[in-house]
Amino acid sequence: MTGTFHTMCAVGVSAGLAVVALSARPQTPARQPPASQQPAPQQPSELSTVITADAGAPPRMAVPDFIVLSNDAETVAIAQAIAQVLYDDLSFEREFALIPRDTYATIPAAKSFEDVPFARWHELNADAVLIGTVQKTGAGILVQVRLFDVRRPDGHPQAFGKEYSGSAANPRSYAHAISDEIHEKQRALHGVARTKLTFDTDRDGERMGGTIESRSIKEIYIADYDGANQRRVTTGRSLSINPRWSPDARSIAYTSYRRQFPNIFISNIYQGTLEELTKNPPAGESVLPAWSPDGTQLCFASTRDHPGNFELYVVNRDGSNLRRLTNSSGADITPTWSPSGTRIAFTSDRTGTPQIYEIGVDGLGLRKVTSESYADRPTWSPAPFNEIAFASRTGPGQDIKVMDLASGHVRQLTFGEGTNESPAWSPNGRHLTFTSTRSGKSQVFVMDRFGKNLKQITKDGNNYQPDWSK
Amino acid sequence: MVMRSAVARTALVVLVLVAAAACGKKTPPVARAVPPPPPPPPPASTAVPRPPAPPTPVAEPTVVPPEPVRDDSIASASLDDINRNSPLKPVFFEYDSSEIADDARGVLDANAAGLKKYPAWTVTIEGHCDERGTPEYNLALGERRAVAARAYLVSLGISADRLRTVSYGKEFPFEPGHDEAAYAKNRRAHFVITAK
Repeated sequence: MTGTFHTMCAVGVSAGLAVVALSARPQTPARQPPASQQPAPQQPSELSTVITADAGAPPRMAVPDFIVLSNDAETVAIAQAIAQVLYDDLSFEREFALIPRDTYATIPAAKSFEDVPFARWHELNADAVLIGTVQKTGAGILVQVRLFDVRRPDGHPQAFGKEYSGSAANPRSYAHAISDEIHEKQRALHGVARTKLTFDTDRDGERMGGTIESRSIKEIYIADYDGANQRRVTTGRSLSINPRWSPDARSIAYTSYRRQFPNIFISNIYQGTLEELTKNPPAGESVLPAWSPDGTQLCFASTRDHPGNFELYVVNRDGSNLRRLTNSSGADITPTWSPSGTRIAFTSDRTGTPQIYEIGVDGLGLRKVTSESYADRPTWSPAPFNEIAFASRTGPGQDIKVMDLASGHVRQLTFGEGTNESPAWSPNGRHLTFTSTRSGKSQVFVMDRFGKNLKQITKDGNNYQPDWSK
Repeated sequence: MVMRSAVARTALVVLVLVAAAACGKKTPPVARAVPPPPPPPPPASTAVPRPPAPPTPVAEPTVVPPEPVRDDSIASASLDDINRNSPLKPVFFEYDSSEIADDARGVLDANAAGLKKYPAWTVTIEGHCDERGTPEYNLALGERRAVAARAYLVSLGISADRLRTVSYGKEFPFEPGHDEAAYAKNRRAHFVITAK
């Protein structure tokens, strides 16, 4: 059922960027209208140069402020914002060694693509310099970007060129699009600059109605992968927890107590509509949804057959074809799908303490995965990695660990700074988001798959159970 | 038809006058032309034949439930007031445990007595946890605590239909602190009266 009482309205679709391959050699194809969200077909002539560096080292790249072609304050601000965000986006994957932007001060700013002082960039020991322009148009802005190979003595070939047009409302989205494209073209890497996080939070400080005890509500929020643009997407005014992105990143499934007892809801955040996946059965609670990789099914935990004992169920996205997956005397909760969609890992305390198990979607092939003192919240990594991240009790609190499923080897990524819980993988498997109390309250962090390069995403209120979009 | 519309018009006029009187406090009274009252309706007996007498009602006296011996302030209070000073007390649990401890039994015995005294009450038993486990697994643990309390009450003769359970995991701590004293108060089964 689709309701319109999900009043948080549509979250604006991020500025639709029209993307056009730009190649100096044959001819520049006509720009697409700004309304288009699909990249134009790629021109083969684009892939002429891949920036390299000395063996083993990541190429050193400079990203100066974009050139302002229409001289007004707004465009100047946009040009600076795009360059800074792009610098951060490119730094995030560590495929390039970004030369700090404060070292560019002595290099004269280019006025166009034609007068870039390549010699000076070479002196700075750059392997590549990324030059961009921003121009106001009737409908918004036009952004052109070219990546130049500075190491080549023979005329600094262009390694990458593209132009983008769209709204001036969110300059960050241009930087994210450029970063993902450069990672794709130069490093064959699926970047995450356009991905988003979701989590639940009590930051609004609103209180539950109808209870005698003072109870703080939790609502679902989303944010860009770097923590920018944090915004609320639910108005349950109750408990809304366990958010999980649909594979197309347009819907979030979560557990809501808005009907007094917990049930699975799906918010279609760009349409402003709400679906109730599990209608309140005569008895029973439903929690902890997880999408199948193709988005057609969800797995969740429910007490509908046995009050007091959660079992796992699989249901089609429209609520049909509900079937029971597990049957044990213990609680079976917190499911996560394998990338192939054929297996589900979950938490069960059937042997006493909570441990990670995995089972086929057909209910066959149950296997115990962990032997920790207490393990929960498995999240199956994307391919090509075949790992499960989970929270493990290591002392008074939990730490994030990762098990390689082929070898059974477990590595620990956090080490007792606060309690560290609810890990989730980035879609390229190179990063994890999780919560930690290391800075006081429970906050969302991201780190790389080795536990390094920690970054705090949230700072308001308590924030829990993050998930990372595809 | 004519008569009815005349009555309706009169009613409308009366309404207008009442409305004018209600909101006329700020303005001085003004003489208004009032339409004449409608002609009195002709006596019904002359136009319509008398209907047949209605059937004689055959009624049995209704049994009135016995009055409470004493004025019962709980029975007459609102649900919120009842829950604010609830006769049903929470029970507390050990760390990572959903077993009903000895002192919790005494509390549940008293709660069962309350539920027998007020047989119309239905109750939601909430299971809560302290903050030390994961938010996901605590949903399972909270449920188990609620169900343990429910099972004990059922064993004392309370109908299972009156007792629903819900797990809040660690989402609603009673005490916000981060020490054992707070944890001990947060590991609880909490009783909410939902109907009376």
